[in-house]
Amino acid sequence: MTTLDLPRPSFSHRTSRWISRNLIRIYAGLAFIYLFIPVAYTFVFSFNNSGKSNLVWQGFTLDNWRNPCGAPQVCTAVVNSLQIGLISTVLATILGTMIAFAIGRHKFKGRSTTNLLIFLPMATPEVVLGASLLAMFLNLRINPGFWTIVIAHVMFCISFVVVTVKARIASLDPKLEQAAMDLYANERETFRYVTLPLVMPGIAGAALLAFSLSFDDFIITNFNSGIESTFPKFVYVSAARGIPAQANVIGSAMFFIALIIVIVGQAASRRRSRK
Amino acid sequence: MAGQKVAQDTGDLVLNRVSKLYGDFRAVDDLSLTIPDGSFFALLGPSGCGKTTTLRMIAGLEEPTSGTINIGDTDITTQKPYRRNVNTVFQNYALFPHLTIFENVAFGLRRRGIKDVKVEVESALALVELGHLAERKPSQLSGGQQQRIAVARAIVNKPEVLLLDEPLGALDLKLRRQMQIELKRIQTEVGITFIHVTHDQEEAMTMADTIAVMNQGKIEQLGSATELYESPKTAFVANFLGQCNLIKAKVQSRSGGKAVVSAKGLNFEIPLARVSTDSDSILMGIRPEKLRLDDSGTNSIKECVVTDRSFVGTSTQYLVRTPWDLELVVFEQNDEGLHDLRVGDKVSLEWDPEHTFGLDGSQDVNAGADLDDDE
Repeated sequence: MTTLDLPRPSFSHRTSRWISRNLIRIYAGLAFIYLFIPVAYTFVFSFNNSGKSNLVWQGFTLDNWRNPCGAPQVCTAVVNSLQIGLISTVLATILGTMIAFAIGRHKFKGRSTTNLLIFLPMATPEVVLGASLLAMFLNLRINPGFWTIVIAHVMFCISFVVVTVKARIASLDPKLEQAAMDLYANERETFRYVTLPLVMPGIAGAALLAFSLSFDDFIITNFNSGIESTFPKFVYVSAARGIPAQANVIGSAMFFIALIIVIVGQAASRRRSRK
Repeated sequence: MAGQKVAQDTGDLVLNRVSKLYGDFRAVDDLSLTIPDGSFFALLGPSGCGKTTTLRMIAGLEEPTSGTINIGDTDITTQKPYRRNVNTVFQNYALFPHLTIFENVAFGLRRRGIKDVKVEVESALALVELGHLAERKPSQLSGGQQQRIAVARAIVNKPEVLLLDEPLGALDLKLRRQMQIELKRIQTEVGITFIHVTHDQEEAMTMADTIAVMNQGKIEQLGSATELYESPKTAFVANFLGQCNLIKAKVQSRSGGKAVVSAKGLNFEIPLARVSTDSDSILMGIRPEKLRLDDSGTNSIKECVVTDRSFVGTSTQYLVRTPWDLELVVFEQNDEGLHDLRVGDKVSLEWDPEHTFGLDGSQDVNAGADLDDDE
């Protein structure tokens, strides 16, 4: 190109060239703003000196953070949610991992049907699942409460665990297990020292997913909880008369805890691969 | 050194009438084979010839449909892979990605309940000259290094038989040549029986004491590299190991230690000892480097035409068409006797009767040709 003869590009020229060069960055920036405005809003209003209703900014305070259990029942609800989340996660992860191994590793009659049926709960609307479960519990004369929530959560988490773990198992090179057997490891040792460690990242991911699904769930929980309260249910119920700022504190805290877990996990895996 | 888990007798590996069927497909067909203790043995053949299946049956990863496999006096036919003192270097190595190099090599020792593995692991790593990488993970190693770790991981267990499943297939040419020499050195040093599966005839010839050429589940021929190359017994072996010119001919007479055969009105001589059939219809074989561009001598074809010429450094390769339109390959050394012919030049061919061999004429002339590069 003979750039020497060309006149200096005009201002509008330069602007449009700058935009076309940075379009992806601009788009990414806008997308992140869109994604994080609600989080930022929640975080900012956790410092609101709100009193009863947390809708209007009324001045900065740290009181909500100093006393997160300040609002009535909020911490009972959070503790319930954590307990339900942990129990459901453990049960769903164990059961789902076993199903994933059965489907991923063994040929049996009805395997493809099982595969399909595992997907169904994910495709079914949550309201329908919640209402059906409630009807079932009532027919069985079981009072809805803590354990009916756990049963419901384990049920809908299993599908997600199976899908996540199965993907990991499918990507596992069968030669590695053959190599272990070739190197004097019997079936049990091969599973313990080769198969399980290699599938573990999938299982861990599935457990995190199950916990967040359980902790988050409102629709199915609301049907099957009776008088038991969970954090999402607490927020929904209080919305009618004004959500306390403590809910924002707990929501923000959950966000930052999740963020820290992700960052620590990333750093650990990077350190492991560099070592 | 081994625990109670593993049998410890040594001896020849004997496959007796082993077959493996997948449905109706005979992957290995009534194969009998004795591999002497301490030898470097190659199973050579095109993909799908049954060589890998044979190897996996020796490793215990497949069970034969019929037949038996013995090491010395022990029948290992149905023994679990972790019970037999046989180790495998897998194609693409199959190193455990979640373990360090040290733990990869120590894996077999630990599974046999050996507590103090340090000395043995370090000496195995020293054998492949990679002791300094012990704390790395497999993904941080190059292909050639991973390959050597795979060898160390198998050899550290001092197996009676080491199986190598196309272990050099993933390496580039230069590294492959280097590893061939390396493996040969290691085998001489440790004295373990090596069974090397490959589709690369050059690799088999470079490394192995004895080569079994396999085709369609059977062994076509077994022998040293020289025997297989100079005296192939089938058209498949002739074509699969190097290049070969095969000419259809009829036997006119067999007397005085030589056979006289005729093809297209020309007579040729073959030493009787090198004719491996009693049939009158034979294939006369001559290797390309044995053909000379001259017209004296007992065996010669006159009035041929050069149809192609390629210079490959140490030699020039010609395609020469006979008067009856058969194309023959001729290699001529690039030394002072070089003819330097061009395409279209008239030429005569001649060769020493001693360099001719005769095969059964009922075979496909092209069997085994152009098979060695597909995988």
